[in-house]
Amino acid sequence: MELLKVVQIEKYYGTKSSITKAINDISFRVEKGEFVAIMGASGSGKTTLLNCISTIDRVTAGHIFLEGEDVTTLKGKALNRFRREKLGFIFQDFNLLETLTGYENISLALSIQKRPAGEIDAAIKAVAEQLGISEVLSKYPYQMSGGEKQRVASARAIITNPKLILADEPTGALDSKSSKMLLERIAYLNKEMDATIMMVTHDSFSASYASRVIFIKDGKLFHEFSRGDDSRKEFFDKIIDVLTLLGGDGNDAL
Amino acid sequence: MLFKLSFRNIRRSLQDYAIYFFTLIIGVSVFYVFNAIGGQAAMLEVARSRKDIIELLTTMLSGVSVFVAGVLGLLIVYASRFLMKRRNKEFALYLMLGMSKRSISAILLLEMIVIGFGSLLVGLLIGIGLSQLMSAFVANLFEADMTAYRFLVSGEAIMKTVLYFAVMYLVVIVFNSVVITKMKLIDLIQSERKSEHVRLKNPSICVILFLIAVAALGYAYYQVGWQFNDLNNKKIIVYIAMGAASTFLIFWAVSGMLLRVVMSMKRAYYRNINAFTFRQISSKVNTTVVSMTVICLMLFVTICTLAAAFSIRNSMNANLKMLCPADFEIEYREYTDEEMTGPVYGDVTKLYADYGHDLTEGFSDYVHFHSYSDENFTLGTFLGNQLDAIMERYRFLMYDMPFQIYRISDYNALMQLYGRETLTLDENEFILLCDFKTAKTVLDSVLTKGYTINVMGRELHSRLDDCQDGFVDISSQHINTGIFIFPDNAVNDTYVNRDYMIGNYTGNTKEALAQVEKDVRETTEEVIEQYRAENENKADYNRISLNLNTKTDISEATIGLGAMVTFLGLYIGLIFLIACGAILALKELSESVDSISRYEMLRKIGVEEKDISKSLFRQTGLFFMLPLILACIHAVFGMKFAVQFLEVFGTEKIGESIAFTSVILLLIYGGYFLITYISGKNIIKERK
Repeated sequence: MELLKVVQIEKYYGTKSSITKAINDISFRVEKGEFVAIMGASGSGKTTLLNCISTIDRVTAGHIFLEGEDVTTLKGKALNRFRREKLGFIFQDFNLLETLTGYENISLALSIQKRPAGEIDAAIKAVAEQLGISEVLSKYPYQMSGGEKQRVASARAIITNPKLILADEPTGALDSKSSKMLLERIAYLNKEMDATIMMVTHDSFSASYASRVIFIKDGKLFHEFSRGDDSRKEFFDKIIDVLTLLGGDGNDAL
Repeated sequence: MLFKLSFRNIRRSLQDYAIYFFTLIIGVSVFYVFNAIGGQAAMLEVARSRKDIIELLTTMLSGVSVFVAGVLGLLIVYASRFLMKRRNKEFALYLMLGMSKRSISAILLLEMIVIGFGSLLVGLLIGIGLSQLMSAFVANLFEADMTAYRFLVSGEAIMKTVLYFAVMYLVVIVFNSVVITKMKLIDLIQSERKSEHVRLKNPSICVILFLIAVAALGYAYYQVGWQFNDLNNKKIIVYIAMGAASTFLIFWAVSGMLLRVVMSMKRAYYRNINAFTFRQISSKVNTTVVSMTVICLMLFVTICTLAAAFSIRNSMNANLKMLCPADFEIEYREYTDEEMTGPVYGDVTKLYADYGHDLTEGFSDYVHFHSYSDENFTLGTFLGNQLDAIMERYRFLMYDMPFQIYRISDYNALMQLYGRETLTLDENEFILLCDFKTAKTVLDSVLTKGYTINVMGRELHSRLDDCQDGFVDISSQHINTGIFIFPDNAVNDTYVNRDYMIGNYTGNTKEALAQVEKDVRETTEEVIEQYRAENENKADYNRISLNLNTKTDISEATIGLGAMVTFLGLYIGLIFLIACGAILALKELSESVDSISRYEMLRKIGVEEKDISKSLFRQTGLFFMLPLILACIHAVFGMKFAVQFLEVFGTEKIGESIAFTSVILLLIYGGYFLITYISGKNIIKERK
């Protein structure tokens, strides 16, 4: 079933005299239950793409449909409700509120949906179990490791059962061990909880956990392929091949 | 180069500097306005005696200005230090790029000069504008003629303002340079990371300290509010210190408990972004306990000062109408000995007649009568066996002054002149009159219907159950601590004490009345001089004492005192309010700047703009309300204490004064709150 449809979107920056085309006519679809990785070098427009889908940024032209609803036309309250109810976010820099404990950070996602307090507690306990963060719930972000922070942020993103989870370089600030653990958890969420995930990354190791990879270069769709029945290792090798094809720009991704 | 850099710095951090600049401007303009009063008032057409009052007022205001300058100086140093801290990262960058500390000092110096000149210029312009309004206010207060008035700029006040503020700015510059030389690069770089260690305080310690603080505060309140007569200076200082310490402890404990309490109310805590809001508030209060305490105490002083000042002014004006119903009173005494004891019969009209003057000339109506006294009939003897117990409680009453006694017919004649109710008295009865509250309480505690006194060989009984409200001397205040009205035949001339002549001048116009008063004064001076000259060389003659009391004098004094307390109250009150508002606003705004990323995150996860604004409103509101609430509670008891002093001036208008105080508080403090909220909202506004 089709969840997300991106139709010929464009995003320009700058004035008439010097236009930067961050996104230049990109279209693709994401099915429900997919785990899509978007890859590209720095400046290729991948984060801009994610920001447009997440309604944090506005497209210059084109349309983005989530479950048939055009999100590019949403405004004000509808926009906030859309973010609150349909999307989950995981950011590179975690974006946790350092004044709140892990528990409270996660609860925020539910309480702004006006869920009753009783319901919140059970939901947090359950999601914490899945992500292996039951121990750190009462800690403050500054008392947690980077990996723990990112898992708390992930818990906050998925606890509302969003239609689509958007992750922007989630492993960017983590060491390799923490990265692996987080990616396994995200893959788990994708398989067992049937969560649809879209992850922006320039790291081929991270991308190899996805079920499909989309490559972007200079604001355009460069290539895409699915993992199919490949093992993660084979998939990883394929990604490396494409990155080599992408040329000089791709090398810094290795 | 440096100038360009510093100028850009100011422009870029305008958000932070706006409140600083705003506060300096208000400070400068208020300083100018109050120091220009003298110059402004000199322009007005006022009576000679009022000129003296204005001169006194000017002197007092310039004295208070030194104190005010001290407060403003501290505020400016605090604010500039605060802003410096916010720029640690910037300074670190300069140092890392190889800039010398001297150059950084130079940048700050240039900034200070720009800000200093700017604030002085704008502040003085506003001050000059405001002082024209102030002139109208002064004119109204002194009932002066405004027709000769023209736009006025007081050079003296400008000089003074510039001088005082230049000194303050200089102190700040020196202070900043010292801070810069002591700066260490490593601290500057790490300063950002050190933040946000939210330590939860031990809740049981919080509760215990809170209870101790409340108990201590309650005790201090009780002592100053109800045990008034036990107080001495030392004790008052102890209670004030207790109050201040309790205030600190309460804020300290509340900052720890507030969050715990809200957290335990799960339903409320996990509703919408309440968890975020309360965490923000709690961390704010946690880090500002000391400032909160200072602000709370300053607000307390402000509320009491303003309320007391307005109360004195309002009550005095109201009292004047009621307590001064005649134009003129002369009180005359004759004594046989040099120590001025043992009064003898005297007749003031006869004295005037001896020197060829008619005292009653120029009066449309008057009453001429005597008062009587018995030196064995004092407050002490009246109280009888209760004396010791009462003396213990009320130390400041005069216990061995003989009471003044008046004949009922004289009193009733006077009341007819005053337009007040007359009294009736039967044989062997007396009535006690008193309008000073504390004295009335004391007298009422022994007085009952039929209470017996023995005076001048007669036994008299009280006609009434308690003291009646009333007075004989014209005045502007309730100062009658007790006088007796006896039947006419109960007194005789051997006990005579004072001779009175109270009356109203003839004449319909202001000028005519003033002329009569001038004439009477001149005649009186002449009479006294001639009497002295004539008797000085005699071995034995009657010493005389003459007291002139006129409505004009009384109202001059009233207006003068009223103006004085109003101005002083307003001056100190305004400066304190500005200081409180500025400190809170600076803290709150810098907090908002630090929280920008938090609000951005909230938006990303879909919190509605309305809820974010609500959260900010609550944070700012509670931050401003907490010290105000405690200050108001302090003020309730502080005023209970102050009322005992204000009693002399009358406390009838205390409600009105409190209302007026609230309006001023609402305008300035509320204004700061609103500006803070609006600019805070601007700071955290979504950036596209």
